[in-house]
Amino acid sequence: MSKEKIQICPEFYDIMPPEYRDLVEQATYGKEGRGWKDIGQSKELIEDHSLCAGCPESMAFRYILASLPNPEDTVMVGSTGCTSLVFPHVAVHNIHSLFGNQNAIASGLKRALSVRFPGRIKDVVVLAGDGATVDIGLDMTLQAWFRQEKFTTICFDNELYANTGGQESGLMRKGFVAKMAPMGKTFEKVKLPEIARESGCAYVVNCTVSKPSLVEKVIRNAVLIAREIGPTYLQLYTPCILEIGKNSMEGLQEMRDSEKPGERFQYKEFMTDEAKKFLADMEAQKKQPAALAQA
Amino acid sequence: MANELSEVQRSLIGKQNKKGQTYTDPQHLFFEAPRTAAFFTGSEVIKEAIRRASVDVMVAYPITPQSEAAALIGELYAAGYVADYMRGESEFAVMGQCAGAAFGGARVFTTTAGPGTMRAFENFPMWVGSRLPIQVIVTCRGINSPLSIQPDTLEMYFLLGTGMLVWHAETAQDFYDWILKAYIVAEQPDVHLPIAVCCDGFFVTHTKDTVMLTPPDMCLPPYDPYRSPVPCMDMETPPVRMMRDPFIMKSNYISYMTHASWQEETRGACERSRKHTIPMIGGLIETENVDAEILIVASGTAVSQGREAIRLLEDEGMRVGLVKIKALRPFPYEEIREATKNAKHIFVPEFNVIGWLAQEIKAAIPDNHRVIAGPHVAGGMTMPSEVIVEEIHKALGQHVTTLAGRGS
Repeated sequence: MSKEKIQICPEFYDIMPPEYRDLVEQATYGKEGRGWKDIGQSKELIEDHSLCAGCPESMAFRYILASLPNPEDTVMVGSTGCTSLVFPHVAVHNIHSLFGNQNAIASGLKRALSVRFPGRIKDVVVLAGDGATVDIGLDMTLQAWFRQEKFTTICFDNELYANTGGQESGLMRKGFVAKMAPMGKTFEKVKLPEIARESGCAYVVNCTVSKPSLVEKVIRNAVLIAREIGPTYLQLYTPCILEIGKNSMEGLQEMRDSEKPGERFQYKEFMTDEAKKFLADMEAQKKQPAALAQA
Repeated sequence: MANELSEVQRSLIGKQNKKGQTYTDPQHLFFEAPRTAAFFTGSEVIKEAIRRASVDVMVAYPITPQSEAAALIGELYAAGYVADYMRGESEFAVMGQCAGAAFGGARVFTTTAGPGTMRAFENFPMWVGSRLPIQVIVTCRGINSPLSIQPDTLEMYFLLGTGMLVWHAETAQDFYDWILKAYIVAEQPDVHLPIAVCCDGFFVTHTKDTVMLTPPDMCLPPYDPYRSPVPCMDMETPPVRMMRDPFIMKSNYISYMTHASWQEETRGACERSRKHTIPMIGGLIETENVDAEILIVASGTAVSQGREAIRLLEDEGMRVGLVKIKALRPFPYEEIREATKNAKHIFVPEFNVIGWLAQEIKAAIPDNHRVIAGPHVAGGMTMPSEVIVEEIHKALGQHVTTLAGRGS
């Protein structure tokens, strides 16, 4: 959408809520090089959230929405869970459908947008929890990757079903005790990043959201690679501080502890040669104007 | 006015698509354009209708007896008549892929049957609430258990509560016309609901019949997604802070009220479709000799068998009337009450064990003891017209001659 479409009808301007006026005047739709540093200086594309104070998902949401390369032409697809409580406050079109069907919705959506807007940027980004991605939605998650559907899948991994009170999910660690796993989970955390790599994803990252600059980088890469090359997958550790017995201030440290070398959320990335070349070319192009300026 | 087009759609009338077909005013296409006879199976009829339907996206999955039709649409896609086509991984996934495409503003088509319908089922009320005018053709067949691939209309019973529009074709001609007409009705802004166009598996899909086809170089105007009463999810309109179905996660009166009013609105949309459906398919029912004391009221293939039974009874000197029900949703309450007002005996033959059509009729008319729910066949058993005749004789206390009878 052209940024000019995000306007308030002049006759209604004075009665529009200040949040909407801010959105029109201060949001970074269409801004080249938008990123996490815009947070706090411009109107965010997430208004408020009703998640717990200190919830890492809420941090991740802000970084992601700040980092989408073209929010004015991005449609998001979510699923039931804590993230779905935030989507009514998100200022890009987003779809909530049935639990687990997010990658099926995204497949159809991306195809329709490609038919209707050939040659134009229309990014589709899926954002769902681990239950939706690896359990109830696994078949549709994998099949979208098999088919090479060109969209980004983001999994907010809190290693359980948080919104329904903390039940065991496929991405929970073996031995961890939770509802429906009273004696500890009997099987290992599903290796979804590796499965994503084998299923045809062009770019896969496993990390926490402790560093906004890292989230910005992997989001941009994932969306741009999905645009041109193939499906991309980001598994982001967004611990549920409630279910792991921590308080609001402790989410960040939990993430930092879990990404230390040897820990399960140590930064991990896989990419195809094509994706690697694409990113290298992009880097080279960015450096070129600077090199010219120096010459 | 009924069945209107938008300004955008009207501006395309007379223009050609990339296959050289001319976008045609639906009124002209359906009621005035010259027709040519063809001898086709129901599956081939689906292909011919979709060839002319300006469909953007079709998602396919194999299940008997619609696999042929679903694959034939693939041939249309390969030839350039359908913009995008893919094989999904299960009916639940397929209906989600259809939803995604419809959310994105595409005209969407799919097909399913029996266990596939059941597999897909969570999607149907979601389509309704999301106001997605998807057309799903349901080629009715048996539902497990036990497994049966044979004709059976049991699944329609479940569809009745979803909020979708539901039409039930009797003949291949009904089928051809209604597949095209379904989009015009479903896409009306005051309707904008998914529609299930049903036919009986094998009886319609796999038998050949003479069908009068409209010219292949005339096609429907394309879908205009900006006629939708809810925003199209394509980021071409400013983002409002809502999702397609209002997300009610609060436990308070306002959220309950919003949910309830959204539900009422979708039910209202189905009611509002009457004024479009009636001129489009020639009434929600058709009647013959409804002044008779004995009526057969049926839908789908049971109507055809009813016609044969009426002919047999006529030979015996009995006068029996016929009511063919074309639309199950919206249900033709007034039309049924009017048509059945003189009848003393109302027989409802059905290809399912529940007798859902008889239940619908009993709920609609006064003195519903007049309704005899039957005969019923299931699991693929055919319904010979003699079986209907025997049911009528039995109910009237008349002499019945059958091999299973006690003899005279």
